[in-house]
This record gives sequence, structure tokens and C-alpha cells, in this order.
Amino acid sequence: MAEVEVRDIRKSFGAGTAAVDGISLTCRDGEYLVLLGPSGCGKTTLLRMIAGLEHPTDGDILIGGRSVRALPPRARKIAMVFQSYALYPHKRVEQNISFPLEAQGLSKEERAEKVNWASELLGIAHLLQRKPRQLSGGERQRVALARALVREPQVFLLDEPLSNLDAKLRASARLDLKQFQQRVGVSTIYVTHDQVEAMGLGDRIAVLNLGRLQQVGTPEEIYHRPANTFVATFVGSPPMNLLERDGRIIGFRPENIELEKGAAARDDATIFRSRVLRVENLGADRYVYLRVKDETGDKNVIAKLAIEHPLRVAADDDADLIVRNRHLRTFDRSSGQLIAA
Amino acid sequence: MSQPAVRRTVIVDETVGAHHLLDNESVLGPLMLSPLLVYLVALVGVPLVLVFVYAFSDATTGSQDFSFVGLQTFQNTLADPVFRVALRNTVVFTVLAQLIVIVLATILGFVLSADFRGKWLVRFLVLLPWTTPIALSALTWLWMLDSLFSPFNWILGELHLIDVGTPVAWLGQDNLAVASVVGLNAWRTLPLAAVILMAGLTSIPPELNEQAQVDGAGFWKRFFDVTMPLLAPIMMVAILFGIVATFTDMAAVYILTRGGPGTTTQVLGSWSFYTGIQGGSLAQGAAIGIFMFPVLLGVCILMLRRASRVDVV
Repeated sequence: MAEVEVRDIRKSFGAGTAAVDGISLTCRDGEYLVLLGPSGCGKTTLLRMIAGLEHPTDGDILIGGRSVRALPPRARKIAMVFQSYALYPHKRVEQNISFPLEAQGLSKEERAEKVNWASELLGIAHLLQRKPRQLSGGERQRVALARALVREPQVFLLDEPLSNLDAKLRASARLDLKQFQQRVGVSTIYVTHDQVEAMGLGDRIAVLNLGRLQQVGTPEEIYHRPANTFVATFVGSPPMNLLERDGRIIGFRPENIELEKGAAARDDATIFRSRVLRVENLGADRYVYLRVKDETGDKNVIAKLAIEHPLRVAADDDADLIVRNRHLRTFDRSSGQLIAA
Repeated sequence: MSQPAVRRTVIVDETVGAHHLLDNESVLGPLMLSPLLVYLVALVGVPLVLVFVYAFSDATTGSQDFSFVGLQTFQNTLADPVFRVALRNTVVFTVLAQLIVIVLATILGFVLSADFRGKWLVRFLVLLPWTTPIALSALTWLWMLDSLFSPFNWILGELHLIDVGTPVAWLGQDNLAVASVVGLNAWRTLPLAAVILMAGLTSIPPELNEQAQVDGAGFWKRFFDVTMPLLAPIMMVAILFGIVATFTDMAAVYILTRGGPGTTTQVLGSWSFYTGIQGGSLAQGAAIGIFMFPVLLGVCILMLRRASRVDVV
């Protein structure tokens, strides 16, 4: 168990642009830190540099306060779970889990003991004699986790471990992952492009884009106080609505919108005139697609309204959009950065 | 793009019979296969049948008449001491050559699948022996191993490892002649094996090796515990190809040593040729050739079984 710190780390492949362009970030001891970003944002490269599979062009990596920049992967006391789980296809589950222990040179008895402990913990004791191809996606994930666990690493590095599972399994696998980490208490760095996973799993989330760190914070901070327009639109589904007004960008979440016809001006809220394009009923919620005129032209806005509230507007109606001022966020128009209220 | 797309009318003459005939897979399939079938029957099938017919007869190259003599020819063949040497040599040469090939091809496979500057040149050079006809390359080797003109002798002489006055007779001494024939066969089958192993190496997902690195395995542990087991099935294919090429070879021996010195490098292929064609005893030549059959049959069965159960990672 240890703190992981990257300092002003940089990685460029060839002469092209940097995949990771100067990121400084700390994963605290025992913390579950999620690296979130679209594909190509550098999150996997960052993880691979922490693992030692890529060599940083610049900057330093510290695990437990010690620089590991010069150390090969096997000397870093880390465990990694790949997106594909990378189980050794020719080895039985038992041999897969004991492989890191063999590499450490443990005796047969010690290995058997640890394999049993890890497989009991992950509920795969009955699968030990199977080959990886005889396992389901969820079982493979657990074998990969068990193999990561037996080394008793200082840090877990997980690279999109849920993306190979089908949607049904994913929710339960997420719960398993979180409970597992809470039980073993090892610092975990988790890479994903799925904001639902990030919000659900992370103690803190680091949002990356174009090789740069956009914001680090708790899921609440990321969601309610996005540091810039990228984070505002990347996190949340549907994303935050952005409109231009008075030379600034203002943003508000779809669920913070109230719709009314002919609303009167209020002190505690801002009102936008809009036209309803379409209403979608999604069971628990409905999405209302609206068109709002702002300083640069027509913008589409999505409102998310609970189904219990009766909807008094229909397609092609004019409707007024009411957003309480405490739900409004303001961003600088040129830099996109949040302007503190 | 508001204007409608131009309508085109394709006129198909439904009355043309050949058109329909070629659309029919049960006609087109055999038609396209027929050149290969003709080739196989004429140049492989017929000679194979003839070999079996001759082996049980007293046929010679001098006359078109022959009568069947049962197993007499086989008894004569087994009693022939040269045949026994040839049989042993064939097996030994094949095993030795393939052992060399496995080691070198694995190394070359890594080199070929690695990414570096000028790799096209290395790939080209590695493949060169395979593209050269055996007769041509054996002649080159004959010159390379010539007792007077051998560049090897020249190099060794320059390095003062041998006396220039008494050059090494590469093909004239028993052990060196064997080594030369084995070396030529290894050199010749190496490129195909290297390319097959390269394909095998590239098909292993890179994250397995990375996972092993993170799991704490060093280079040799990764090589013997991860790469080799995953490479084994495809390596088997490369070896089987190599066995077929080496076991049936006669050109290397025929051009380099003619089986000599004495009968030291005689193999089944060359001895069959010397006995059957040059010695005139077609029957005995055929009988010698038939002794290759069980080995090749076994290899074929292994190959086909391999091919039919490819392990998907």
C-alpha cells in the first residue's frame, strides 16, 4: 500500500504530439482514483507509464515516495489488470494465479496457500482447474483480479476492466470491484472512458483530455463544479447545456431545468425563451429537446424531467426554461474555464 | 444533393446459357479446381502408383517388360549395407537439420517481428535462400565448400587458424561432409520456418508479455513460460514442413557429395536415384523410395490434425 505520484510527466511517440503532456497527479494511500477521458486522451499511456511498460519522455513517477522511473515493471510492486484480462491461455486458472508467485520464487506450499486465499476471496475456488477459455467474462475478470491480488502489490492498476463485459454484468462487476478494493484497501488507479463507472467507483476522478489533466476531484465536485466546458460536457448524460450570454458561457444540468409557459421574471432564477422540438419518454424520466436562441444563434438544449411531474408542453410549443441561479455555472468564453460565482 | 440520382438500367441477357452455368457453384468449383487436379494426378498420382508397381517387380531401365517378384526386391534392399547407411543418414540428417532450424528460426522469428530500421532488408535476406532453387543454391555451396576455392578456407587461412598449404577438404572428410549436407538442408529450410514462427510470434497478444512483465517475470521466464508454450503449435507446423523437405531431399547430397566420401552421406533420396536411374534397377530404386513413405504419411497425418484443431487464444 502506497501513495503514487506522477510529477509533470510527459510522453510523446515519435515526432508527433504528446500523448501525455505534462500531468502531475497523486493517488493517495488506499484511494480509488479513476482516470476518465475520451479515447486518445492519454489515460492508458499514463497508466502504462506508472506500470513501467512505457518510458516517460520527461517527468518522474514516485511509488511510496521513491522514484521508480529507472525500475522495470517487475521491481515496482504493482499489479495490473488489462482490458482483455491477459490470462495465460495455456495455463489453468490455478497456474495463472500462481504465476507472479513463481516469479517471486516462493515455495510450492506458500504458493498454494496464497492461491487458495485469493481464490476464496474472489469466489473462484471451484474454477482452479479450468483453462481460461472455459470461463465466462465475469469469471475471467475475477481470475485476473486474483492474479493481481496474490502479489500483495502496493498499487492496483486497472485498465478498463469492465469494458469486455456485457451491460448486464457490468453493474454487478462494478459492485464486486468496489467491495474488493475496500476489503483489501490497496491504492487503485482505474482507467475508463465510461463516466458512469467513474462516478460510481472513484473516491476521486481525474478527467483527462488531449494529454492534459482537466480536473481532479470527488465525483460530486466533477459533476456539480466542472472546472471547464470540456469536463462539463464530458461528464453527465445528457451533458451540461451550454449557452452564450453577456459574453460568457453559462451552463446548467438537464435535470435542473423547469419548463413553464409564459413564466414571469424571477430574482432567484434565469429564464430562457425556447421552443420544444421533441419529447422522449424514457420510463423514469423524459427528455425534452428544446431550441434556445443565444448570442451566436440557435442552440439545442436537453431537459431531463422526472416522469411524475406532469408535462404541460408538447412538440412545437413555445416554452420558457427556468433555471435557478444556484444551478447556473459560468465559464470564460475564450478559455472555457469556470468563473467562480 | 437535392436532384435525384441518375437511374441506370443494367441489361442482362438472360438467354445466354454460359452465364448461368458459371453462376452455378457445382460447375464453377470443379472447373476452377481442374488444373490443380490434372497436375496432381499426372505428376504425383501416376508416379506414386508406378513406384508401388515397380517395387514388387524386377523392372529395369533397359527394358519395358517386367514381371512381378513379390517381396524379393524388398529383401534385396534390406540386405544392402548401403541402404542401411542411407536410411540411418536420412533420419539423422533430418533430426540434426531440424534441431538447428528450431533454434535459429526462433531467433530469426524474433528478429523479423521486431521493429527496427532497415527491417525490409533483413527480411529480404532471410527469405533469399528459400526463393533460390535448390539446384542453384547447392551449386553455390559446392563452390563455397570447394577445397581449393572455398572462401571459408581463405578466411580461416587469413586468421591463421589453418595452414594455407593444406586446405580443409569440406566435402572430402566424413564428419565435415555430413556437417556440410546437414548445414545446407538447415540453411534451405530455415527461411520458411522463420517466417512461420514470425507469424506465430505476431499472433501472440502483446499484453500477455506485458502482463508477465508486471507479474515479475524476467526475460527467460517469459520466454519459456509464456512465449514458447504459445508458439509450440505453430512451431510444430514449421518443423513438419522442414521434416518433409529434408527427409525427401536428394538434390543437396547429389550436388554436394554424391553420397561420398564413400557412402558417408548417402540418403534414401539419393540412393534411390543412384540405384534406380543410374544403376538401372528401377525396381530396387522404387523399393528404396517406398521406405520414406511411412514417415511422410505419419507427418501428413500430424499436419492435417494440427490444421483441423487450431487453438484460438
